[in-house]
Amino acid sequence: MNYCKSIICLLFVLFLGVSGLYASNSEKNAESVDVKEIVLGHMGDDYSWHISTWRGHHISILLPVILRSETTGWHVFSSARFHDSETGVYQGFFQNPEKNGKIYERDAQGNEIRPWDFSITKNVVQIWIVVVLMLLIFVGSARWYRNKLKGDAAPGGFVGLVEMFVMMVHDDIIKASIGEKHYRPYVPYLLTAFFFIFITNLMGLIPIFPGGANVTGNITITFFLAMCTLLIVNFSGNKEYWKEIFWPPVPAWLKVPVPMMPVIELFGIFTKPFALMVRLFANIMGGHAIILSLTCVIFITCQLGAFIGTPLTIVSFVLMIFMNCLELLVAFIQAYVFTMLSAVFIGLAHPEIHEK
Amino acid sequence: MESLNLPSILSPDLGLLFWMLLAFLVVFFVLGKYGFPIIVQMVEERKNFIDESLKNAREANEKLAGVKSESERILKEARDKQAEILKEAMATRDSIVREAREQAQLEGQKLLDEARTQIQIEKDGALREIRNTVTDISIGIAEKLMRRQLSIKGEQERYIGQMLDEMIGKQ
Repeated sequence: MNYCKSIICLLFVLFLGVSGLYASNSEKNAESVDVKEIVLGHMGDDYSWHISTWRGHHISILLPVILRSETTGWHVFSSARFHDSETGVYQGFFQNPEKNGKIYERDAQGNEIRPWDFSITKNVVQIWIVVVLMLLIFVGSARWYRNKLKGDAAPGGFVGLVEMFVMMVHDDIIKASIGEKHYRPYVPYLLTAFFFIFITNLMGLIPIFPGGANVTGNITITFFLAMCTLLIVNFSGNKEYWKEIFWPPVPAWLKVPVPMMPVIELFGIFTKPFALMVRLFANIMGGHAIILSLTCVIFITCQLGAFIGTPLTIVSFVLMIFMNCLELLVAFIQAYVFTMLSAVFIGLAHPEIHEK
Repeated sequence: MESLNLPSILSPDLGLLFWMLLAFLVVFFVLGKYGFPIIVQMVEERKNFIDESLKNAREANEKLAGVKSESERILKEARDKQAEILKEAMATRDSIVREAREQAQLEGQKLLDEARTQIQIEKDGALREIRNTVTDISIGIAEKLMRRQLSIKGEQERYIGQMLDEMIGKQ
């Protein structure tokens, strides 16, 4: 049986090599592969969701553009309008190639101004897909408990999995990191953050439509999540927490003439969420970048010729499988780390009164 | 930030932030009300229920053990009482027997005493008769002595003795 499987695997890899060959033949006259643009383009946000290119036609999901210009007010139109017009300008707006293709408008003086841009971009759609998934999963699971008594059997199957997962985060991360006494009010936020990051990470690993957008590898998203943690930590901090920041229990010369320790502590308020933001962003972005680069390796080497292309395609394919497995792990670990550190920071904002 | 022209993933975008905020708030409020608390609460209730059930089971076991020891105690008590009753019965039997024996002895003694008194009375009667007879005999002998007019003292005494022997022998 295993023998059979390995033969199928081998055939599959060979097929990939051959398809690589085919690609190299068909793109012989095409311009050389720009790895940086491909990688950053795939990781970046976009006004349409590009799925594939078939015989020169782009197959994409067109998404609405919602803009508010200071001068001309609200504009709502399909992102296809930019491609339809010859000049790429529609209602005075255009995608600025120098600014990552973001929409700009030109004012009377000819200056490029960024309008208020509330477009439903690829990342926004991905976020809402995750939202719908989360609502389905958790509200659906919670519905299972209706009309159930506490003495009834525990759920099995999917609801059991969800229950196990939720309780793992609840008991091992939230309760353990914040402490038995104060953890309750922070449970909804931390659970939401955990599952949002986890599901978004997983969706990001799916290469085609319902997933594939690089949401948690976008600094805006991690900035938002880190900001939430920062606000919650500092608004929930008790008197002792603020005392430890402005008058930490260290020798007096460290804080009296020059307030060295208070300044360091004050910095700490911002560095902790900043680390959260960068860690999540860098990990997910890095994973996507590696997988995309490995994909590019296939196209680059096949341009050089079938002789180099075929073996390197196979190597790259194996590495991609490995990276995807690693990214599955990273998807969980980063959600875990973000939630745990947020919980730890919240826990640190509830210090017990020190004994004199 | 604008002038730096960073890659799009590194440049914060207000629109994306707005949608993220909206989406996250929706998930947070919906799941914070209808999702997570229900699951967590149910699991905690179940946990408490299991703990309580275990406690109840332990208590019931203890109670059962108590009942067992209680029944053993009652059994032992009954056995003790039985032994006591038996002992008492034995004592009663012994006392009855003893009393009966004493009674019998008393009765026997009484009979014996009566017999003895009777014998004494009869003996006394007999002695009296004997005495009377002896008196009669003595008188007879005296009469005979009187009649014979004895001269010799020694002869006289020998004769009386002979007479007496005869009398006693005759009786």
